[in-house]
Amino acid sequence: MLKVNNISVKYGSFVAIRDINIEVNQGEIVVLLGANGAGKSTTFNTISGLNKPFQGDVEFEGKRIDKLSADRIVAAGIVQCAEGRKLFPGMSVLENLKMGAYVHRRNKAQIKQTMDHVFELFPILEQKKDDPAGSLSGGQQQMVAIGRALMAKPKVMMLDEPSVGLAPLIVEQMFGVIQQINKEGTTIVLAEQNANAALKIATKGYVFENGEVVVEGTSEELFTNDSVRKAYIGA
Amino acid sequence: MASIFKQRNVIAILILFAIVFPFITNNNYLIHIMTLAFIWMIAVYGLNLLAGYTGYLSLAHAGFFAIGAYSLSLLTTKAELNYWLAFVLALIITSILGLLVGLISLRTKEHFFAIYTMCVGYIIYLIIDKWDSLTGGIRGLIGIPGPGNIGPITFTTPVSNYYLVLSFLLLSILVMYRIVHSLTGRTFIAIRNSEDLAQTIGINTMTNKLLVFVISTFFAGLAGALYASFIRFIGPDIGYITITFDILTYLIVGGIGTLSGPVIGTILIVWVSQQLQFLQDYRMMIFGPILTLLVIFYPRGISGGFIEWKMKRQAKKHQKQNKNQNQQMISTQESSAASNKNG
Repeated sequence: MLKVNNISVKYGSFVAIRDINIEVNQGEIVVLLGANGAGKSTTFNTISGLNKPFQGDVEFEGKRIDKLSADRIVAAGIVQCAEGRKLFPGMSVLENLKMGAYVHRRNKAQIKQTMDHVFELFPILEQKKDDPAGSLSGGQQQMVAIGRALMAKPKVMMLDEPSVGLAPLIVEQMFGVIQQINKEGTTIVLAEQNANAALKIATKGYVFENGEVVVEGTSEELFTNDSVRKAYIGA
Repeated sequence: MASIFKQRNVIAILILFAIVFPFITNNNYLIHIMTLAFIWMIAVYGLNLLAGYTGYLSLAHAGFFAIGAYSLSLLTTKAELNYWLAFVLALIITSILGLLVGLISLRTKEHFFAIYTMCVGYIIYLIIDKWDSLTGGIRGLIGIPGPGNIGPITFTTPVSNYYLVLSFLLLSILVMYRIVHSLTGRTFIAIRNSEDLAQTIGINTMTNKLLVFVISTFFAGLAGALYASFIRFIGPDIGYITITFDILTYLIVGGIGTLSGPVIGTILIVWVSQQLQFLQDYRMMIFGPILTLLVIFYPRGISGGFIEWKMKRQAKKHQKQNKNQNQQMISTQESSAASNKNG
């Protein structure tokens, strides 16, 4: 469904990622593991069209998308939920969610329906819908970020470190919701440092180090891989 | 007592005051000053949408103000078109030039954008100043007709001009209100927040930036056209960079990125400058420090400061209620977490 072929990206003269190959099939949960600065976010931004690769290409449903602008890629069905719970802090929760449905802005009925679905997944957001998004707790902001990504009705949703800075209980809840979103038919690509939690729900994974993929395999393979265990699971 | 200060009532009272103002004072000079202030407000609103809501500080604003003014003047004096036809054409010309400038300048960001547009503004000024055969150069244009009649209504007296400009101002504010509270307005705010983030939710930032730039120049042109037919004489100095900074000062003092800011800032500064007229250019010794202090302590101006104060007060008021609510929410959160675990 989504194929990243051999892409390399430069920031100035610094090569951020080199020869990255990723394949995501319909219905999977794919996890990208790696420390800060390993190249996970750069890979996401390249798929989203925010960075342009100087080498390689990205294919989505059989078509090249790496030359498209970021908004076209969203319209095509790939939506990124950015790291650090980036919201529009001055806007209310409801407005943030509505902004997520920007590419469907003419389809009011669908927006309403998706909104109801988001409130089903995160009941607390309905209670807080008129509060400014900046006033919410970290966990709730992450919920808004995921909800906003869902509003675009993505075929592929890319989540950049959804667990960062959250309490363990909330992390578990978040991964539960991600799994549920996946069951409802959205393919998920997840960037994580929390390998333990991520591998539990993922079908396969890629391990990033210094801008390159060093290990890849099914989640069982990675879970039992010694170097992965040492580096990311701590056992 | 509190209800008097409700937003809607305040607006109604202000509009009413603006309408009866010419009857309260029979002083033509004051009416003249107010009319001018209204014209500036329209220009400030244009800049506000671009710089305040979208985060792109254009320093070519006076340039587009001048383009609006000169287009109207040339079309009425040299081409001798009907006033209102020339008026509409002037707005179209300004918007098209805005589109062309926007296409290039919006490829830059932040301070580069400010510097680039400052150069554009200066070039517009230079062209007006040096193109003697068309613009009259430094001598400027004289004999610009006042607003043409609309049916039986004529605009020959200062009071009728006052009402004409006031109605354009109210219309501009209404349009701004509608834009800011629409999805388009939120799109602009999203771009101000973070262009990358706006792109990741599917906003075509270039198209939207171009749209807001053209709207902004349209209002600059509108203000310019009104100015030309109100003052009846224009020179190249109306496109000079100092006019841009005047407009920017009104905006910053009133509150950048707020709907009431342009009105408050313009009225306040125009009024204070009138009172300090005897100081001549030494007025700036008073304005400078006030502006600096304001930017340090109230970066969002008087209006923004007031909104913040009101929000803080409200937050305090609701703190007790929220405490109870929060406890409820935590328990629902826990139960939903538990149910997710089970599911």
